Amino acid sequence: MSAASRATRALIAALLALSASSAFAHKPSDSYLAIRVEGARVSGQWDIALRDLDFAIGLDDNGDGDITWGEVKAHHAEIAAYSLARLKLRSSGADCPVHATEFLADDHSDGAYSVMRFEGACPAEVETLSISYSLFADLDPQHKGLLRLEHGPGTRTGIFSPERATQSFELEKISALSQFLDYGREGVWHIWIGFDHILFLLSLLLPAVLVLTGGSWRAVERFSLAFWDVFKIVTSFTVAHSITLSLAALGLISLPSRLVESAIATSVVLAALNNVFPLVHGRRWMVAFAFGLIHGFGFASVLRDLGLPQNALLIALVGFNLGVEVGQLAIVSGFLPVAYALRATWLYRRLVFVGGSLGIVAVAGIWLVERAFNMKIITP
Amino acid sequence: MSTIRIYTIGTVTDLLLALALASLALAAHAAPYLPIDDSVVLEHLPVRPGDPIARELKQLRGELAANPRSRSTAVRLAERYFALANAEGDPRYVGYGEAALKPWWDLPDPPLDALVMRAILKQYSHDFSGAMRDLETATREDPLNARAWSWRAAIDMVQANYADARRDCLALQKIESDLFAVGCLAYLDGTTGKAAAAYRDLSEAYARSGDSSPEVKVWVLTRLAEMSLRMGNTKQAEEHFRAAYFEPINDQFLLGAYSDFLLDQGRPDEVIPLLVDWFKSDILLLRLAIAEKELKAPKAGEHIEALRSRFEAAALRGDKLHQQEEARFNLTLLGNKEKALALAQENWKLQREPRDARILLEAALAMKDPAAGQGVLDWLERSGHEDPGLRATAQRLKALKR
Repeated sequence: MSAASRATRALIAALLALSASSAFAHKPSDSYLAIRVEGARVSGQWDIALRDLDFAIGLDDNGDGDITWGEVKAHHAEIAAYSLARLKLRSSGADCPVHATEFLADDHSDGAYSVMRFEGACPAEVETLSISYSLFADLDPQHKGLLRLEHGPGTRTGIFSPERATQSFELEKISALSQFLDYGREGVWHIWIGFDHILFLLSLLLPAVLVLTGGSWRAVERFSLAFWDVFKIVTSFTVAHSITLSLAALGLISLPSRLVESAIATSVVLAALNNVFPLVHGRRWMVAFAFGLIHGFGFASVLRDLGLPQNALLIALVGFNLGVEVGQLAIVSGFLPVAYALRATWLYRRLVFVGGSLGIVAVAGIWLVERAFNMKIITP
Repeated sequence: MSTIRIYTIGTVTDLLLALALASLALAAHAAPYLPIDDSVVLEHLPVRPGDPIARELKQLRGELAANPRSRSTAVRLAERYFALANAEGDPRYVGYGEAALKPWWDLPDPPLDALVMRAILKQYSHDFSGAMRDLETATREDPLNARAWSWRAAIDMVQANYADARRDCLALQKIESDLFAVGCLAYLDGTTGKAAAAYRDLSEAYARSGDSSPEVKVWVLTRLAEMSLRMGNTKQAEEHFRAAYFEPINDQFLLGAYSDFLLDQGRPDEVIPLLVDWFKSDILLLRLAIAEKELKAPKAGEHIEALRSRFEAAALRGDKLHQQEEARFNLTLLGNKEKALALAQENWKLQREPRDARILLEAALAMKDPAAGQGVLDWLERSGHEDPGLRATAQRLKALKR
């Protein structure tokens, strides 16, 4: 190419740029790094754009311009080795080695990302975490790593670039109280959104304001009778699920989650059916206890998903459990006065008690089929 | 409390409704997933490994890897990447170009070719002052460097330094062919109150130049269309836009300007077919979503959400490259006047082209805050810029002062 025509080409580029300097907008290269610190334990998730990984290590093996999940899978070990070699976590002068545990995919606003989960440990409880990030620093100095660092209830953010490749984060000491309250809140939240537990409890509570005499239901005469019935049911349910929750959370017993979830659905069906076709009446607290043992396993799986801090196991366990109780009490104290006031009406005895129980049977029946056969009918 | 009420009434339909709502709330939160099958295509690469461009890049990268200090290879690679960044609209390639120039990136006085290339990459990331320093050094060392002069002109125009831009264009006149030298001055005159003369000069030089490449044709025709608008001749502007549109290349800037013209003319329905395939480009998606919102088209909501998440991602990374678009997004699509004004003001500090002026005026007018738009009112006075729409908006803003 002659010098003149090259100059001409350059000028075209500049002239085009005269009016287009901000016209070509597209998201630059970023990775999303989430790190969670608990005691000495470090875990996290790293989302890296497939386009960037392809440029760095080559993913499109068959060269057709499409990156398939199979091609990504074939490179997972390489992705882990390449990326983790460019992420150094240190605490009190010592390395915190991490390794990949799981690979998934995700779609961000600018395309598909590889999702790598990882975990590892520092030699001692982390007080200051130093993070050195050099992913793609040699290939694309414009690349940035967007960090979300979670520690206890707090979240910090940071942006890594070649100019700011190493950053230190002083972690706040988490007080036992805040940890306790944190898990307590999770417990309340779980009972609040745990429809199966609520429905089970309601099935047992619906008849508390009624009394079965000679094969038909009548309204109880005094509030105290209903109150003590509810008290016994709630207490025995609580004691029972606390026992299995603790045993399972401590890893002393473990049951397959499909079995647990199916059994919980069964317990709801049986408890609601018992209202329409009474088998057990006077001793409903024993039913609550027996099935409460199963529900405890359900709570335990939630707690496991939340991640149990190894250094504060007891605090988390007690906090979560008490949270569940507080949530339960809120439901009961909302339910009981209304049910007591309406107990003699047709609305309560036919529509709420019988209709509601049958409704619960139907919903829990669907759950049972879904959970036992691992299929989706409705989305709980 | 609503869930409790539903349960005590105890109807199944209510319960199912509550369950459906709960699952919706969860689904709104995208989450990592396990693709169902190895054959699932997750991503399409913009450049296929077998393409001639990809082969050339691969070869150049290989040469550079073998000899990282080979300046001619590095500059050539950076040039190719810069072209690709413009064609694809993807700033990644600018980063790749910067990496190729690494040995010269932090030198105070690198050799000329590396210096100019470095400036070009810097201005892409809106480091205008850094780019200008490099270009001033380059033109001092080589006063006949057309490339350095044209980039100086480009940056001076973006920053509304019209006297400097005129000197850049005049320097070009001595070294460049007729069309480009005239184009440079016409672009300046067309922006600074001499649109009629600029239009005449540019169309005459265009006619004289004979056969031009489609890129040059699109550039000239888009400029002629803009000048026509500034002269108040919408019919002539549309003819130029259409002629440019039918050139056999894709030009995002033309599509953006043409769409804005149609939106201003109250013809959003004609914008849709123009931009329907440009989901990936933020600036064109913005115009598409504006047209769709005006037409109450079903896709509008989805496109507004996509834009919102892209601007959020940019904010997360600390980017301030697209404040003009973000301001317009906030003003036109979200109705968030306050944020729009703040963004438009911030943008005006760095970029002072007519489009930047327009969004600041509109945002200031929406907020009834003439003081916020004072910088643009001064610019209009000083530049003599003629666009009738812009002047009308400025008059309405000034009227608020009284």
